[in-house]
Formats: sequence, structure tokens, C-alpha cells
Amino acid sequence: MSEEVIYVHNLVKKFGSFTANDSLSFEVYGGEIFGFLGANGAGKTTALRILSGLSKPTSGDVNVAGFDAYRQTEQIKKNIGYMCQKFSLYEDLTVKENIVLYGGIYGMSKALIRERLTELLAKLRFQEYENRIISDLPLGLRQKLAFSVAVLHEPKIVFLDEPTGGVDPITRRQFWEMIYETAERGITVFVTTHYMDEAEYCDRISIMSEGRIVALDTPSNLKKQYNAENVEEVFIKIARPVPS
Amino acid sequence: MKRFLGFVKKEFLHIFRDYRTLFILFGIPAAQILIFGFAVSTDIKNAGIAILDLSHDEITQQLTDKIISSGFFKKTDNLLHYNDIDNTFKRGKTKAVIIFEKDFGKKLISEGKANLSIIADGSEPNTATLVTNYTMAIVNDFTKSFAGPVPNNSLRINPEVKMFYNPNLKSHYMFVPGVITLILILICALMTSVTITREKEFGTMEVLLVSPLRPIQIILGKVMPYFILSFVNVILIIALSWFVFALPVKGSMLLLLAESMLYILMSLTLGILISTVSSNMQQAIFISLIGLMLPTVLLSGFIFPIENMPKVYDFVSMILPPRYFIVIIKNIMIKGTGLLFIWKETLILTIMTMVFIGLSVRNFKIRLE
Repeated sequence: MSEEVIYVHNLVKKFGSFTANDSLSFEVYGGEIFGFLGANGAGKTTALRILSGLSKPTSGDVNVAGFDAYRQTEQIKKNIGYMCQKFSLYEDLTVKENIVLYGGIYGMSKALIRERLTELLAKLRFQEYENRIISDLPLGLRQKLAFSVAVLHEPKIVFLDEPTGGVDPITRRQFWEMIYETAERGITVFVTTHYMDEAEYCDRISIMSEGRIVALDTPSNLKKQYNAENVEEVFIKIARPVPS
Repeated sequence: MKRFLGFVKKEFLHIFRDYRTLFILFGIPAAQILIFGFAVSTDIKNAGIAILDLSHDEITQQLTDKIISSGFFKKTDNLLHYNDIDNTFKRGKTKAVIIFEKDFGKKLISEGKANLSIIADGSEPNTATLVTNYTMAIVNDFTKSFAGPVPNNSLRINPEVKMFYNPNLKSHYMFVPGVITLILILICALMTSVTITREKEFGTMEVLLVSPLRPIQIILGKVMPYFILSFVNVILIIALSWFVFALPVKGSMLLLLAESMLYILMSLTLGILISTVSSNMQQAIFISLIGLMLPTVLLSGFIFPIENMPKVYDFVSMILPPRYFIVIIKNIMIKGTGLLFIWKETLILTIMTMVFIGLSVRNFKIRLE
């Protein structure tokens, strides 16, 4: 197994008397696709915000891309990419302008941006769209582009917060192909999702419930352990235990 | 710094690509100045006036001519009867009726005294007051110049009225500073609050916050273009009022521009504050328009003098930044005063700016948590 890129030990995050994250502990390794599951309100978003340097933990050790989540949030931000469920490109700017903007924000040189842009357009067979405004593009294309922009600066980790919400199955499939490709390049993919079939694609998944991680393993191990057909069954067994 | 400039450039792209934003930024101010300057003029020009002359002599004819030729009035009607007065007002063209009593000229010569009535259309109180004042002034003037054969031995005091700073009482002197005040706060606050809430709504704010850009850079980058464009706007409005209404800037142009910058800054921070308390664009627009436009028009002293308001409104208007800027800009543009007379207002605006910045930073931090 390759080196750890995310190390979390006994992470606690409290808002007043409410404990959103209750002593979470896990590691994520380089090049891994790590699925972060949980019902709404289970504490996923809170954990994600801490990992991406947006908020600080109440206690516990958190280390992302080799940087401390208490003191080195600026360093963390430079080394991660992020794509959220809401659409994250500027709709009134062209494909090229969006890429130049984000490249600039991440401190990339003009030559490098130019190079990546050409590469990217060729890979996505996107050339004719270079100077088109985002709102003219079909949703599937936009989604792929948003993902490409999130990893434009070759971060160590990319966080995907429900990236495939509202997308048709074919695009979702293509999207996951891109995720695999990215992971093969050595970029760690940390993804939250509601789609249980997507969870099957992950190397390992963790399932959160009421602020705690209640399961963490590969999808096949979890299925064995809970004697389930698929991850959805595992999830239902864990997240909503049948009252006995 | 390079990151920041790229971000500012993107904000300019947003503005120049959206013709609605451009229109709000530059179209509305120009339109407002022209509309307020021409249409909402409180000066009298060619007000309709009807004459009911029951005397028909040389003197009533002379006085009528003098009134009509003054340039303020035009004659709409010659009435024959008292009964016609109501009708002529109802037709709407006539703002006032002047009635000469029977044997007006004869009485004036023989008794040194004659009566005329001015009946004005009271359904438009402002115009009515103006029309009667203007008419009385003309009549007084006529009486003085009328060399009657009867020596006038009654004691008379002749007040000579002069309007300092604005000898012709042009209403542009009041509207141009008011419109600048209104437009700047509206546009700056509206635009910044909308542009920031738009990022929130589209989810791009999340991405920006996760990026290496610092929150302060994000806010500055969003506000900077509007600061520059609003400043261009001020210059445009001053130029427009100079060319169209020949309204000069009596005081220091430099001081005026510096004070405008302060006011723009204040309005932008107010916009940021609004964006931190509103969750979507509609809310931001609503707060900016209703919360700023009405109080500015009604309570800032733009149209209605604060001195004449009930004390309560006076207190309310104290928290309105436009109230202070109107004083500043009127002083500089029309009276030509220097900083010495407006330092208090300047200080208040500066403090308000700081308070808005403080509150925004606090709200922003709470949101991030």
C-alpha cells in the first residue's frame, strides 16, 4: 500500500453542545478512491469541510497531504482540488476563460495553463468548444469539464462532494471512467455520494451515521461481513438498524 | 498577487458580458440625471394661466401683457364668467386664474387701490404655491413701476430677496447632488450584494473558498471592479450635469472626487454586509432596493428637508449614510466649501464604513464556521 495522504485520528467537531463528528479515525492512501457515505445529517459535510481546510477541528489529529488541519490550512488548500454538487464553473465565461481563471487561482504559469488546456481539450474531444460559453454546453460536458478543472493543477487529493447529482446514467458512467483514470495518475479521489451503485466502484468505503464512522472496508469485505448482496443493503443494515 | 489579478479580470468579464449589469451601471445613472433634471423640474416654465378681466381697460391689459411676457406663464384662456373657473381648471391646462375686478383701472387711478384675485389649482400644491408667488412678484413689480397720479404716501418696506449660491433657484442644484447620492449607494450596494450572493447561489463560492485565495482576496476581487466603475460613473455624472445643465463644481474637484471615493467605499461595504445576511439574489435585491432606495429618497434630505420632519424621522435619518453625503456634496458643488466645513460628515461616513467592514467580517466568519 502506498503512503497515507489523509490521516485522521480521533477527530471531533462540536458546534456548541452538538457533536457533528464524534472521534473519527481513518486513513486514505495515495491513488485510492475513497467513498464517504452516510445519510443526510450524518456529519459528512462537516468532515469534508475540515479536510478541505474550510473549518478547524475541535480536537484530534488531522493531516491532509502532509499538512496539519489546524495551522496549515493554506498549504492544504494548495494541494487539493474540489468539486461540489452544485455546479462550479462560471456559466457566463467560456471554457478557456474558466480554465485560465482556475489555473491562475492555483498559481499555475501561463505556459502550463496553455499546455494543460490543449491537452484537456484534446482528451475530451472538446476543441471546438474552447471559446464557447459554459451555459451553451450540455450538462454532461459541463460536469466532465468541472472535474477536469478540479484536477487541473494536479493536486494530491481531489474532493468530490456528490459530483454526479442530477446526471444521466451514461454520463455518470463516463464520469467514473474519468475518476479511475485520475486515480491511476496517482491522485487520491475522496468522493461522497448518495448512489450506492457508485459506492461499489470505490476501493474502500466508509459509512457514517450520527457523527461516527460505523463501517470502513472494501465494498466486497463489507458485503461479506454483513451478508449482503450489494452495498445498498449494507448501508440500509447499518444506517437504519431494524428495531428489535 | 497574480492570482488576485486573474480573479479581478474574471469579475470584469462578468460585468461586460452581461448587458443588464452594464445598463444598470451606466444607463440608469444617465437616465436618472436627465429625468430628474428635466422632468421633475420644480421651476415654472410656461405654466398655463387664464384671465378673467371684468374691467377691460388699458391697465389690466398692460398687467396681463407683463405677466404673459414674463416667460413663466402662457395664457390658456380668456374667461368671461366666474362660472368658467371650475371648468377651465378641470380641463387641466390652467394652473391659475387671475381675476381683475370691475373698473380695476379706474379705481387704481382714482383711489390708488384696486383688487385682483389669484385663484390657483390647489390639487397640485407645489405648483400652486410657485405660480401664486411668481404672479405676486410680477404684480408687485408692476405696482412699483406704475407711476400713478396719486402720490403714494403710505409707509412701505421693500424687501429685496436674493438667493445666494443659486440666484435663479434652479432645481438642478438640488437634484444633481441628490441623484449622485442616491445612485451611488443603490448601484454599489445592489451590485456588490448581488454579485457575491450569485457566487453563493451557483456554488462557485464554495470552490473559491476551498481554493488558495484568501477570503479577503475574494471579497476585494469582487468589489474592486465595482469601485473603479462607480468612480467612472461619478465623473460621468458630474460631466453630464456640467454639459447639460451647466452646473459647475464650485469647490475643489479633488475634494469632491475624494469624498465620492469614500462614499463609494462605504456603499460597497454596505453591499458586502447585505450579501452576508441574504441567502439568495432576490433577497439581496430586495434589501438593497427597498431598504436603501426609499429611505434615501424620503429621509435623507434629498427632496424633503430634514429640518421640517418630525423629530422621529430626524433620528431615523441619522443612521442613513446618504444624509451626510448629500450635505458634503452640496457644500462642495454648490457652495464651494472646503473640508473645514464638512469634516464632521466625512468622519461619520468613515466610521460607518469601518462598522460595515467589521460587521461583514464577523458575519463572514460565522458563515464559514
